[in-house]
Amino acid sequence: MTTTATTGKTRQRKGDLIFSGATRIAGLTILLALAGVAIFLTLEGLPALEAGPEKLQGADSIVAYIGPLLFGTLLASAIALLIATPLAVGVALVISHYAPRRVSKSLGYAIDLLAAVPSVVYGLWGIGFLGPQLVPVYEWLEQNVGWLPFFAGPASSTGKTILTAGIVLAIMALPIITAISREIFAQTPTLHQEAALALGATRWEMVRLAVFPYARSGIVSAVMLGLGRALGETMAVAMVLSASGIVTFNLISSDNPSTIAANIALMFPEATGLGVNALIATGLVLFVVTFAVNFTARAIVARTEKGNR
Amino acid sequence: MTRTSFRRAAAPGIAVLTLGLGLTGCAAGNEEASTNSAATVEGASGTLNGAGASSQEAAMAAWQAGFQTANPEVTVNYDPVGSGGGREQFIAGGVEFAGSDSYLDDEEGELSGAKKRCLNEDPIEVPNYVSPIAVVYNLEGVDNLQLSAPVIAEIFDGKITKWNDPKIAAENPDADLPAETITPVHRADDSGTTDNFTDYLSQAGEGAWPHEPEGLWPTKGGEAASGTSGLVAAVKNGTGTIGYADASQAGDLGVASVKVGEEYVQPTPEAAAKVLEVSPPVEGRAEVDMAFELDRKTTEAGAYPVVLTSYLIACQTYESKDEADLVKGFLTYVVGDEGQQAAAETAGSAPLPASLQEKALGIVEKISAKS
Repeated sequence: MTTTATTGKTRQRKGDLIFSGATRIAGLTILLALAGVAIFLTLEGLPALEAGPEKLQGADSIVAYIGPLLFGTLLASAIALLIATPLAVGVALVISHYAPRRVSKSLGYAIDLLAAVPSVVYGLWGIGFLGPQLVPVYEWLEQNVGWLPFFAGPASSTGKTILTAGIVLAIMALPIITAISREIFAQTPTLHQEAALALGATRWEMVRLAVFPYARSGIVSAVMLGLGRALGETMAVAMVLSASGIVTFNLISSDNPSTIAANIALMFPEATGLGVNALIATGLVLFVVTFAVNFTARAIVARTEKGNR
Repeated sequence: MTRTSFRRAAAPGIAVLTLGLGLTGCAAGNEEASTNSAATVEGASGTLNGAGASSQEAAMAAWQAGFQTANPEVTVNYDPVGSGGGREQFIAGGVEFAGSDSYLDDEEGELSGAKKRCLNEDPIEVPNYVSPIAVVYNLEGVDNLQLSAPVIAEIFDGKITKWNDPKIAAENPDADLPAETITPVHRADDSGTTDNFTDYLSQAGEGAWPHEPEGLWPTKGGEAASGTSGLVAAVKNGTGTIGYADASQAGDLGVASVKVGEEYVQPTPEAAAKVLEVSPPVEGRAEVDMAFELDRKTTEAGAYPVVLTSYLIACQTYESKDEADLVKGFLTYVVGDEGQQAAAETAGSAPLPASLQEKALGIVEKISAKS
């Protein structure tokens, strides 16, 4: 007995011990930070349940206050992902499978550079350039496909709409989704790809049959990270979006729902008392939503993985 | 965005420059004036803390720089937390003075709270920052727009939707108004500019503005933009847009003339200062309290009623002599010619009219330490 115990101890080297301890601490720090944020948001957000209309920008209760904000957050993120996902997957494919090596390398750098641009700069670009450029597009949409509720108009004359905000968010989420998808695509086993080609598949069929199934869970993770960026983006949305706190699917008018993060950024400087609590409560909701979205995505990925095998 | 940060960065520099020029001018022209600026307080040292309205921020940067240059041993801090926050901190005793876009209101016990904080003496309230708010617009082919308060109210309330509406045409017989849609732009964040603008609309709008004056835009319609710079950018980038912003920020946008009496007045510093002179003081206030009800409905020729006024709130008596001397010195500088000029140059505010300035200086003069 004693001998086995001592041999067990001597096998544990000092370096190993320190390393495992350090990694454990690192892991715990993440959990502690997350728990700390959750506790702070809950404690500070709860008093807002009693806040009256004068502290809630006119909404009757905290639920009526958060509802439109949550709607706006989800709508803007949905637009962003609808645009960014196919684009990012396409760009990633070009880099990993289509373009000649030299081109793909510089293209990769260019995409990574997009991630380094600060969000205020995107905001400035959104109000100063993109918005005004989109005005004629919005007018055309209103006149020609105005029967769709999305494009009912009246078209904004400054372009500060939720569609513009969504496009800006899409460009901000693009580098994250592209970078991860690209890595996964590049890791597809060469044997699978060559086998597909050998069976007479065209390049597109090869991508569809060999690359996509292999990369599916990776793409979903990439999209989730992109969604995280879109949900939480503050400055760019606060600058670009003309928000009036209503619930509408009309994407091209001046009346848009605000997003949680942008609303906090706009209202915090002048908020006092319960108003601050109400803003923190919206932050808690955003936190929970982000958590839930990630959780569901993981669950979906896990299930499809299982189904494939 | 870039504009504000540039202004912030440039403000102290310009202030120092103007101060420097002022000093050399004095020294050369008048032997009697010592090389000391009027802002210098004998033997002053220490830190002076203030908090409050962000509308004063640019001007405050100039005042800080000016006062600190004259008194190298002194540090002045100003936290632009917002008017409400500034009043709260002042009452709680956290800061020696507060800047506020609205005067102390006793509805929420602020006045009595401030009295308690000020060793049971009435708090001082002096106007220190007056800035005209311009109605800015971007409409091709129309250089000279004239509007009355009810028309402005209906435009911003979404009742008048076309530029060639008969009500607008009636006030602009010479202008060639297009049949374009009007896009009113308002502030998305809570701001003193909105508060004063909506106060003007509800007072002077002859019932055309059905909402209460508020810091946060009260209606759902229209375009929203964050911050003064965001609003100006939105008006500039759109077509047929109209908004309201600090007159100093209007840039090359069209600025509407506002109807006062029978005339149409442009937002000049002089016109803005004039409306203060004709505004009655709030009733039942102490001698040292210069709170006044802005008379937005004035028909006085040459007055411009769409203005933002800010007060400095301080005590008559402080616990220590150092504290009292610092507050007195700083307030004297801010309300005085030198301070008002510095603010006018960096923040585009309107210098106080002479009569009010004299009264304010008289009040500030009496700040002292507890005996």
